Amino acid sequence: MSEQVMAAAGGGAVLAADGTPLKERLQKTLRRRKLVAAGLVLPLGAFVFITFMFPIVLMLFRSIDNPVINENMPLTAAILEHWDGQDIPGEEVFAALAADLAQARETKEIGRVATRMNFEYSGVRSVFTSTARKAKNMKAPFKDALIKADEKWGEREMWVTLQRMSKPYTSSQYLAALDMRYDIDNNIVMQDEDRQIYVMIFGRTLWISFLVSALCLLLGYPVAYLLATLPLKYSNLLMIMVLLPFWTSLLVRTTSWIVLLQTNGVLNDIFVWLHLIDDEGRIQMIYNQMGTVIAMTHILLPFMVLPLYSVMKTIPPSYMRAALSLGANPVTAYVRVYAPQTVPGIGAGSLLVFILSIGYYITPALVGGRTGQMISNFIAFHMQKSLNWGLAAALGGILLVGVLILYWAYSKIVGVDNMKLG
Amino acid sequence: MSDPSDPLVRFIEVQKSYDGEILVVKNLNLDIAKGEFLTMLGPSGSGKTTCLMMLAGFEPATHGEITLEGNPINNVAPHKRGIGMVFQNYALFPHMTVFENLAFPLEVRKMGKSDIETKVKQALDMVQLGDFGHRRPMQLSGGQQQRVAVARALVFDPQLVLMDEPLGALDKQLREQMQYEIKHIHESLGVTVVYVTHDQSEALTMSNRVAVFNDGVIQQLAPPDVLYEKPDNAFCAQFIGENNKLMGTVKEKSGGNCVVDISGSGVVHALDVNAGDVGAGTSLSLRPERVEIDPPEGKFPNVFEGKVEELIYLGDHIRTRVNVCGHDDFIVKVPNISDHASLIEGNPVKVGWTIDDCRALDVYEGP
Amino acid sequence: MKKTLLMSTIAAAGILAASAAFAGNLTVVSWGGGYTKSQVEAYHKPWEAMGGSKINSEDYNGGLAEVKAQVESGKVVWDLVDVELSDAVRGCDEGLLETIDKSILPAGDDGTPATSDFLPGTLTDCGVASIVWTTIYAYDTTKFPGAKPTTMADFYDLNKFPGKRGLRKGAKSNLEMALMADGVAPGDVYKLLGTDAGVDRAFAKLDTIKGSTVWWEAGAQPPQMLADGEVLMTTAYNGRIFGAVATEKKPFEIVWDGQVWDLDLWVIPKGAPNKADALKFVAFSTDTKRNAAQASWISYGPVRKSAAPLVGKHATEGIDMKPHMPTAPGNFKNALQNDFAFWADHADELNEKFSAWLAK
Ligand SMILES: Nc1ncnc2c1ncn2[C@@H]1O[C@H](COP(=O)(O)OP(=O)(O)OP(=O)(O)O)[C@@H](O)[C@H]1O
Ligand SMILES: [Mg+2]
Repeated sequence: MSEQVMAAAGGGAVLAADGTPLKERLQKTLRRRKLVAAGLVLPLGAFVFITFMFPIVLMLFRSIDNPVINENMPLTAAILEHWDGQDIPGEEVFAALAADLAQARETKEIGRVATRMNFEYSGVRSVFTSTARKAKNMKAPFKDALIKADEKWGEREMWVTLQRMSKPYTSSQYLAALDMRYDIDNNIVMQDEDRQIYVMIFGRTLWISFLVSALCLLLGYPVAYLLATLPLKYSNLLMIMVLLPFWTSLLVRTTSWIVLLQTNGVLNDIFVWLHLIDDEGRIQMIYNQMGTVIAMTHILLPFMVLPLYSVMKTIPPSYMRAALSLGANPVTAYVRVYAPQTVPGIGAGSLLVFILSIGYYITPALVGGRTGQMISNFIAFHMQKSLNWGLAAALGGILLVGVLILYWAYSKIVGVDNMKLG
Repeated sequence: MSDPSDPLVRFIEVQKSYDGEILVVKNLNLDIAKGEFLTMLGPSGSGKTTCLMMLAGFEPATHGEITLEGNPINNVAPHKRGIGMVFQNYALFPHMTVFENLAFPLEVRKMGKSDIETKVKQALDMVQLGDFGHRRPMQLSGGQQQRVAVARALVFDPQLVLMDEPLGALDKQLREQMQYEIKHIHESLGVTVVYVTHDQSEALTMSNRVAVFNDGVIQQLAPPDVLYEKPDNAFCAQFIGENNKLMGTVKEKSGGNCVVDISGSGVVHALDVNAGDVGAGTSLSLRPERVEIDPPEGKFPNVFEGKVEELIYLGDHIRTRVNVCGHDDFIVKVPNISDHASLIEGNPVKVGWTIDDCRALDVYEGP
Repeated sequence: MKKTLLMSTIAAAGILAASAAFAGNLTVVSWGGGYTKSQVEAYHKPWEAMGGSKINSEDYNGGLAEVKAQVESGKVVWDLVDVELSDAVRGCDEGLLETIDKSILPAGDDGTPATSDFLPGTLTDCGVASIVWTTIYAYDTTKFPGAKPTTMADFYDLNKFPGKRGLRKGAKSNLEMALMADGVAPGDVYKLLGTDAGVDRAFAKLDTIKGSTVWWEAGAQPPQMLADGEVLMTTAYNGRIFGAVATEKKPFEIVWDGQVWDLDLWVIPKGAPNKADALKFVAFSTDTKRNAAQASWISYGPVRKSAAPLVGKHATEGIDMKPHMPTAPGNFKNALQNDFAFWADHADELNEKFSAWLAK
């Protein structure tokens, strides 16, 4: 030991008992430990990567990926690349188009081409499918033949759209997700007034999420306080009540909300019976934004209560007593001493509820009616009904970025290590 | 309206029950004088904290009255009592700096900013933490936190400060240093302190008076020396300091003394403090340092033959365990003076003591 | 270690064997509820009784999403799917479906060759229709002691019949009905909807009841909403209302005026594991007898001309089914066929407009 110290003082490398340099030895042991640790997290890491990261990357890729036209109309795409976009292109392009259409019909890809084009230029699906049917038997001059088959081929807008769509990557899905589009001169403009929707829905999603978080906090805070301070036998009962929403199936919960809140439901009946409202003036409490907010608050409440509870549980009652003994009245003591110590819980709970809310889907779908739909419902719509997966991916991408920004802002303002989850 | 000689705090027939079945404080009567350092000492669960909480206002008394400067305070809210308090875990607010912690009681009293600054500075200097105002409690050592807690309890100039086992979490050395500092502060400020501990040496070194609690009852209320030398009952004798206990029955009583029969081993002459009637059982209390080994013939009325069981060398004295009067746990402290008797384990020995040092008390069965 | 490896290999082999055996079953996917029951009774049971492979019946909610996902991932598990006409056409265009050779279809019982026995437009490249279903509106008779609604215009008349309305949450059939309620003849509806003015007119009509409308998505909802009194009248699929009337004895009445009818077709996802068997089942289930038999379980009309006269009484309730068919002469007067080609071109834009309109 003392020899080693002396060696170190003398500037030489300190040696371990077996003669290898101590530093190396230490690194070796540490490396082994790191390897073991890495081995332990490997299954989770692989799981997260395969089931989570990989699909997200794929999704993000799909939002800009635009292979359909490029791959299935290769001749047209190649020539259009050099088109200046001003006058209707010449015979050469029409010949390529006729060949591509005939080929696409042969390979059964024409439907995908038509669908893709139709997302960008409504109404042209049938132009593609019907022209493709005739394309095989067309003869030069192809320009006349195609325009005869459908006069849309003589429009500049058709060609501009086709040129734009023949690029392998596109930003048009993100534009659409932000209520914007390209005009005929490829400038980015706002979508027509009566087709603008997503910005408003994003706004509404944020608003509903904010409302739900605020309501959860308002309702959950006293509950968490009681949970943390009540004697065990009562707090257990309360805890069960808090967790009850977790233990019932979503459909049972939703159905019970419907029974309670619908216009002929229990609550309205009680109001009428109490003469608070008359039979004609029954309040619409479900199938609208209110329904979404009520049901989501109910479902997400535990996510607020549990982090709050776990934080409050660790605050000894002596803090309040100390504040009182120092002369603060109970309100001041609560506001200045107790409440600040629950901030990590408030932060964690609110962030959790907000992020969960932003992506909520089933509840708004079931009880949201017209005004209670959120962005996830539109993502689902494009996944399942319109099959516009690219747009769904773009909407999801924007949502993801929103959540990340939120998390970043939170960690800047409150600090992530200042957050306590159960 | 209050006379300076009036007690600051009075407990008048105070009772307390948490569950309506068991009284954890039974008929407590206690006067605490202004400027006094009074310690409540007692085993765990004896009701010390409960008394303190009633005084601070965090627990209502079930019966009886508590007065502060002659005014009943049973119905005064805790924050209006103006009593400083030091908690066992310090209860420093973790989200505030040391300075903010100390400023808190002043701010809620709406004191001006510059006044607050000077007062806090003073208080911090008093506990030698003048440079630590900007730190968070978490960044302080246990002893430093303790000092901040004391400073905070004193910064708003309360006339009464309550401390509930404030040194319980500190190691021995630090605890002794803090005892000294608290005592010093008490003396220099003249503040009244009610102090709770179950460490008897802490109680003896710090207090003006000690109230020994057991089972919700004050067993004895006296200055430390009286408590040690003249315990009123068997509980106090046993609880405080080391004590030799001899069980016997009262045979005779006369003139403040009594004769006690130690069954089968003869009789002991003792001071009749709290012994029962003739024929009743009694426990004799005898401090180990008051027993003499091989006393000169005729020096003591009580002399017995015994056998040395064990010797423990402790430097300043030799702790000797002797089997005498049928008790094999009789301890004698033999001072390590130059000509002390030479003892050998297993050898017979004579021990003797005076009547005054041997107190005949009640019989305490123990919890 | 070796032993567990061996065991798991055996287990894996067992699972493989089981799923291989499973692959022999025919997976038939339809819309659930009373409609699937009618198919089980009319097609699946006789098929199995005849010695056909075991049928594994699954439910879905319509649309091509799952078919698309299966085909694109190369793991097709569905053999046969019951889809709407627009999906049959679009799926075919996009190469998600197998083409079906119509020569496998048997001639009608009266000897008419299949291609002329099937109603016009009911055979597509990739689909073979089995039923005609329709979107109508219905009401609870007990809520109308006096005048009862009889026309599509009545549905939009809040003055004459004040109360909540139920509508499907989507553009399809709502825009058509709105125009018909506004006085447009069925024959002109799609011509008009192809113009901006026509679309605006349809939305303007919808605007008049927007504030009193409850929106539904699943076919099971409208009868429930009627029963709960949540709405006074609602659009619905006629089979659902019939089911509530026939089996639950609900006092519901269908208004056939302005109905928008559509077809359901069998389609085979591209790469279906049991394609040959699926084709056999298509031929079997769409023959005259089977086509008529399913109409004795639910009020969806047969697509074979030869099957129409064979429609008789309800299999368990004894109700005469003919007057409940969408195609019954009394019901079919002011009917509009859903134009799949129109919707193929305009669904994206109109759904977007509809969503924007709805959300505002
Ligand atoms: N909040 C309470 N509810 C019910 N019983 C209590 C409560 N607080 C204390 N007790 C009981 O009252 C009795 C006295 O407790 P107290 O805390 O006053 O004892 P203590 O003398 O301070 O003990 P320690 O030295 O262990 O702190 C004990 O038996 C205890 O169990
Ligand atoms: Mg205590």
